[in-house]
Amino acid sequence: MRAPVPAPAHAAEAAIPPAGAFTLFRRTMMARAYVRWIGSMREPSYLLADAVFPTIGMASYVLLYRALGAPRSFETLAVLGGVLATYWLNVLWGMGTQLYWEKQQGQLQLYFVAPCSRMAILSGMALGGIAATTLRTVAALAVGFGLLGVRLPAFDPLALLGVFLVSMTALYAMGMILSSAFLLLGREAWHLANAVQEPVTFLSGLYFPLSTFGQFGLVAATLVPLGLGVDALRQVLLGRAAHGLMPVPAEVGVLAALSVVLLWLARFSLAHLENLAKREGRLTQRWQ
Amino acid sequence: MSTSAGPAAVEVRGLTRIFGASRGGAGVRALAGVDLRIERGEVFGLLGPNGAGKTTLIKILSTLLFPTSGAAKVAGFDVVADAQEVRRRISLVSGGESAGYGVLTVRECLWMFGQYYGVTGAEAWRRADELLAVVDLGDQAHQRINRLSTGQRQRMNFARGFMSDPEILFLDEPTLGMDVNAARALREYVAAWVRERSGRTVLLTTHYMAEAEQLCDRVAIIDRGAVLACDSTPALRRQVQGGQHVELELRGEAAPAEATLPGLTPVWGAPHPERGTRTLKFRLPPERALVGVLHALERQGFQVDGISTRETTLEDVFIAIVGRGLEDTGVEGG
Repeated sequence: MRAPVPAPAHAAEAAIPPAGAFTLFRRTMMARAYVRWIGSMREPSYLLADAVFPTIGMASYVLLYRALGAPRSFETLAVLGGVLATYWLNVLWGMGTQLYWEKQQGQLQLYFVAPCSRMAILSGMALGGIAATTLRTVAALAVGFGLLGVRLPAFDPLALLGVFLVSMTALYAMGMILSSAFLLLGREAWHLANAVQEPVTFLSGLYFPLSTFGQFGLVAATLVPLGLGVDALRQVLLGRAAHGLMPVPAEVGVLAALSVVLLWLARFSLAHLENLAKREGRLTQRWQ
Repeated sequence: MSTSAGPAAVEVRGLTRIFGASRGGAGVRALAGVDLRIERGEVFGLLGPNGAGKTTLIKILSTLLFPTSGAAKVAGFDVVADAQEVRRRISLVSGGESAGYGVLTVRECLWMFGQYYGVTGAEAWRRADELLAVVDLGDQAHQRINRLSTGQRQRMNFARGFMSDPEILFLDEPTLGMDVNAARALREYVAAWVRERSGRTVLLTTHYMAEAEQLCDRVAIIDRGAVLACDSTPALRRQVQGGQHVELELRGEAAPAEATLPGLTPVWGAPHPERGTRTLKFRLPPERALVGVLHALERQGFQVDGISTRETTLEDVFIAIVGRGLEDTGVEGG
């Protein structure tokens, strides 16, 4: 963001001193995150849709592995998949479709007319989404470790947190790109979100080791950051029993690189979209 | 109006905007070489029928649209090259807009928009409370937005526009659909805000002539993308003055088409459902006597039940300049 140009000497008396770029970014991000957070607290129906229902699929895998007599580590693997599935659903439906929804509500033009950074808006959406979803993952953990009695081995919590944060950065950066892409697609956004939901879930190996795919697993993992994140988190939790695809440091390195590239792409695509909106006179209009 | 020296609040030179030209074909010309200068401290009105180009102009000035050609500056900054600087100084309120998230309370929503402009948290809460009192939503401050009526949401949206205390405020049909009392209160607030806050400027588009007359220091009449007239309302009135506006209530056997009033342009109203009378409106030039017109109508078989005369209004000016009333809509797009 460019440094603010000093106001001309004739400028009207300002009621509010202009905030610096960083302060404005922080305030915008926190305000947008607040909407996400408070929204999930005030709408109990979200809890059912985003937290309770996804645990059903997870429970099915745990019970299936148990019935087949698979190693107990597979049950942990399925619980972790269930936890991460909630984030994926949040990225797809909470981030991906959001800007299109904002446009329909007439909100998008208010963002575009405000001096705040567009990336701050997206970052707020992501931060709020992660916070609210983390609360919901409690449901998955409660079902997995409490109700189904899945055992959790000893692990390094700091390593787990580090890998989790890098994975979430890459995943939500992908969500930021999706939000611009879906906005361009207009009404098709919902169909596309529906269309990609299951393939991405499958390619990420949420409920089975990605190494099952062999070489194809590597390709799939680099296409979708969720896959690498799941694989790395499993390895931190289960070690060799996770049947990891690559060593954890390598996976974290790829995820960090993906985060940088995806964040840059998100910024670029949103700026491109805004320019397109200004040039063609659409996208900020509800009916166009 | 309290103007100050320096660059104008808004300065527009030869501004054009053509929609759809990039998709092949000639496109739709929404603005056709607009020149405009709005001084700081002014409340400036843009009057025009649907499709005249008012909203397109406001969108360009608020950095939401690129012009096809020409230049526009807001607060001394170019709307294309210095868009970020423009945004720091403006706010936009569009009538019928449903800003905010349903899960937030009214107060939270205003606070949120304040944050997007960098207002500190405490100041944003204070300002939200102050503005909610202005728009008479103090009792609904902790109500969730999705439980507000359309009118209440409209008023909240109006308050949102003032959260950043902008230098230049664009109001695009801000009282559209509001009840009379709320609209009047908001007009009074705008007038007081401009009067009391040094150098604040408002660009208002409206369909309501009375709103423009009451609020605006100057008015530009815009149609088909061009500014046809721009002046203070008294000066605009003088352009079409010369005579009185007469409205007669007539009854009689003769059909309206049979009434001949040489030198006048009479407009007949629909028959009154109960009284069976019709209204006849015309502008009476100064050299003509009303009594002569009344005698002529009596000779043609009409009986005059009522007479009223009035001064020239902005609506008369508008009709005289544009050639049709505000309600005679064109193609929406502007």
